[in-house]
Amino acid sequence: MILNQFLLLAAILFCIGVYGVLARRNGIMVLMSVEIILNSVNINLVAFGAFRDNVAGEVFALFVIAVAAAEVGIGLAIVLLIYRNRRSIDLSEADLLKG
Amino acid sequence: MTAAGVLAAGAAGGDLFVAQNVFFGVIALVMIVSAIRCVTTRNVVHAALWLVLVLAGAAAQFILLGSEFVAVTQVLVYIGAIIVLFLFGIMLTKASMGDDDSVATEKRLMASLVAVLLAVVMGIALLDSYSDTRLVIDEPQRFGVVSDAIFSQYIVAFEAVSVLLLAALIGAIVVARKE
Repeated sequence: MILNQFLLLAAILFCIGVYGVLARRNGIMVLMSVEIILNSVNINLVAFGAFRDNVAGEVFALFVIAVAAAEVGIGLAIVLLIYRNRRSIDLSEADLLKG
Repeated sequence: MTAAGVLAAGAAGGDLFVAQNVFFGVIALVMIVSAIRCVTTRNVVHAALWLVLVLAGAAAQFILLGSEFVAVTQVLVYIGAIIVLFLFGIMLTKASMGDDDSVATEKRLMASLVAVLLAVVMGIALLDSYSDTRLVIDEPQRFGVVSDAIFSQYIVAFEAVSVLLLAALIGAIVVARKE
């Protein structure tokens, strides 16, 4: 195996996640795309950890997983709140702060 | 020389891992196809199920990289907890069960333009920097080594993450609670 195959896979997944964040208007779909992005970063971390034979890559992948869990909890709570106030989770309608 | 001879010689040299590469290719293909389906499908529940395939593929890649602990955590936390959380979120916001069509075409166009540009830039950078850097994984990373590192070198970060999780838990309750 070469290092690049993992890095390229992670880059492609990252771009797919970025497309999802930009193109989708459903709040839950945006959160799912963020999960894809975080996963591609994890693949990068573990691949570099294996490449350098260093345990730091794995440790920080675990931290990223924990932070992702916290992020999903808060994110879904916010989406629920938006749904309760507006009966819709279309993010393009949540423009109260727009100038 | 027969193909098996080539394989044996390569395996002995430690620089040709045919089985690993075949598995990598299959899993990577499944991951990319599921990720594209996940961000393009109109049904939100289907998107969550496609996301399961992406996450399981990532766990398989971690095993290929010799990081069993991260793979197990990935299955436990992501597929076990986060996907269930997503499905609950979809159920509680009933408006999202249907599809979200009428996604503006120019928004999609701009998003795919940004994604393709990003892929080209990152691909060129990666191919330029690590064109044939070999990755030799001779033995899996031991659980004990990982936990030793977490509880000695990275103990401050570990405690910070646990406080963050607690804060997120309380915050989620406060935000989602009915007055």
